[in-house]
Amino acid sequence: MASIKLKAKADGDTVEVKALIEHPMDTGQAKDKKTGELIPAHYITEVAVTANDKAVMTANWGTAISKNPYLSFSYTGKAGDKLKLSWKDNKGESDSAEADAA
Amino acid sequence: MKRRTFLQGTLAAGAAGLAASAGLLAPRMVFADGSAFDAKSMDDVLKAMAITPEESDKVKIKAPEIAENGAVVPVTVSSELEGVTELSILVANNPTPLAATFILGEGAKPEASTRIKMGKTSDVVAIAKAGDKTYSAKQNVKVTIGGCGG
Repeated sequence: MASIKLKAKADGDTVEVKALIEHPMDTGQAKDKKTGELIPAHYITEVAVTANDKAVMTANWGTAISKNPYLSFSYTGKAGDKLKLSWKDNKGESDSAEADAA
Repeated sequence: MKRRTFLQGTLAAGAAGLAASAGLLAPRMVFADGSAFDAKSMDDVLKAMAITPEESDKVKIKAPEIAENGAVVPVTVSSELEGVTELSILVANNPTPLAATFILGEGAKPEASTRIKMGKTSDVVAIAKAGDKTYSAKQNVKVTIGGCGG
């Protein structure tokens, strides 16, 4: 169900990382339209991105991040860097993806 | 009696020192622990983060002036300040204002983009942490359809 799109584009000595994660990001405050019951909170709490096993970005998230979260940032790196993104959510689920900077 | 007071004093100082150095090693423990994300108002978030940011024009926030859909509001925070280690996004009028904290690793540029949910029109606040100081900037975003409803 869950999937991660991870792209890293090298331009000179800068690598731009873009990620799209499939996740409901339920806040715990919205109601199910059919049953009228609250949908329990289910959201990503931490996203960690490493380049060649070094942490380049760690994001701590609350419930206000949109459904199917998007994240982008840049770091000083080069083509060929091995990127890995992993996330975990408040229910203890997790996933990860890898990509090479190109 | 005096000796006891002295010992307690050193113990307390030692514990504070430990906490501080632990904070240096793992900033998220101090800066963005769960309680800051659970805090229900801007003041409580800042209290939980233990910061009092000063406004700075070197902190930039890029967000639409009018968001037609509060469920997906693109926001970019960045800073021109030296030595920025963390960037946070807060939405003043959301039920829990703290949306995200980005901890910059080695070589990361002080800029991060994401998409956030906004329940209603609100100030969006960016906070940059550089050294032991914090700086903030804000921008008002008008929301025509709220993003937290069912």
